[in-house]
Amino acid sequence: MMTRKKRRMWILLLCALGLGSATALTLTAFQDNLVFFRSPSDVMAQQPGPDRAFRLGGLVEAGSVERDAAVSGQRPTVRFRVTDGAHVIQVAYQGVLPDLFREGQGVVTMGRMVDGTFRASEVLARHDETYMPPEVADALKRSGHWNPAQGAAPPPATWNTLDPARPAAPGRTGS
Amino acid sequence: MNPPATAGGARSLHRFANPGRFLRMTDALMPWLWASAILVTGIGAAWALFFSPPDWQQGETVRIMHVHVPMAWLAMGGYTGLGVLSIMSLIWRHPLADLTARELSPVGAAVTALCLATGSLWGKPMWGTWWVWDARLTSVLVLFFLWLGHAALVRAFDDMERGARAGAILALVGLVNVPIVKFSVDWWNTLHQPASVTRIDAPGMHVDLLYPLLVNALGFTLLFAAVVLARTRSAVMERRVRALQTARARRAEGTA
Repeated sequence: MMTRKKRRMWILLLCALGLGSATALTLTAFQDNLVFFRSPSDVMAQQPGPDRAFRLGGLVEAGSVERDAAVSGQRPTVRFRVTDGAHVIQVAYQGVLPDLFREGQGVVTMGRMVDGTFRASEVLARHDETYMPPEVADALKRSGHWNPAQGAAPPPATWNTLDPARPAAPGRTGS
Repeated sequence: MNPPATAGGARSLHRFANPGRFLRMTDALMPWLWASAILVTGIGAAWALFFSPPDWQQGETVRIMHVHVPMAWLAMGGYTGLGVLSIMSLIWRHPLADLTARELSPVGAAVTALCLATGSLWGKPMWGTWWVWDARLTSVLVLFFLWLGHAALVRAFDDMERGARAGAILALVGLVNVPIVKFSVDWWNTLHQPASVTRIDAPGMHVDLLYPLLVNALGFTLLFAAVVLARTRSAVMERRVRALQTARARRAEGTA
């Protein structure tokens, strides 16, 4: 004989199971539609036409940023390449870049592919989960462990308790 | 002399026997809870504003994190708490769980709103936009609506118990959203960064920034607990006063 509490518990458990698996199935089914941006590899594989606007995301390739000379009354055009390691796409953008935009930074850009160039109408910066004081970043750069233009920081266990005053004390110029 | 009235009074007293113990127990706790909440948030605020370094790329803007991240954790943790209260309510018909859930959801909605607002203020200077419809931001907005929906639903019934039951079912259905919020940044690509603190290997955050963040998280959690407990205590007292008034009115009716 099942008590009422036991019965309620079982009903709740079954409902949770049903709801949980329904949600999991729905999310798996919509997996492809839930992407916020496409990587250069996705774009290369799908070859979307110039009439389709989409978001392209990846890292700004080191050494690829070029700024056209400013024409008075017009915003200068910025050209850079977005990479995911495997493929690279040329991007052209006319407008204000976010403060965090730099080589090696993640970006998410909205635009269309026209003649092999991604014409962006919006560029957003996408920073990663790395947080550290400027002195620690400088110490990593000086010691050659990290070049932010090349991408992500080394494994956090190697620096997240680092005391920048200790390892290479002289030359804390703050550059 | 008046069997129906005394029976009613006795039943309601029995019903609130457990909340009575809750009042006595929390009575001694409340001053300590408020004091520690104010002390820890004070230390956390001073540390975050004056004694922690800026970030290497975000500069001083990174200090928004000390409000944004604790609010996000409380929004998710508080909702998980609402789920536990709802299970207690549905299975054991625990009246105190109903009351706590009713008093919890407006506070939960407030912290989720603060999480969204601080996130938006942070997103504009760093990402370059106030808002995008990526998986993380959208799922947190859904969480905010779930909190609001719960707060509204439990108050929409004349019969408190029916309202509590409907709210508990809504809260449990909405519980599927909590893992979606948490893992949205891993399952799909988003503009929002992946988790910095709860990584498998090591926190992607230097301890000079991490420690003040953890102090602030503790401080805001204590503050959250103090506000919810204070609200629940006053709700229990309100209910007692109302029960006493009803009993007195019945007695007056009986003697007249």
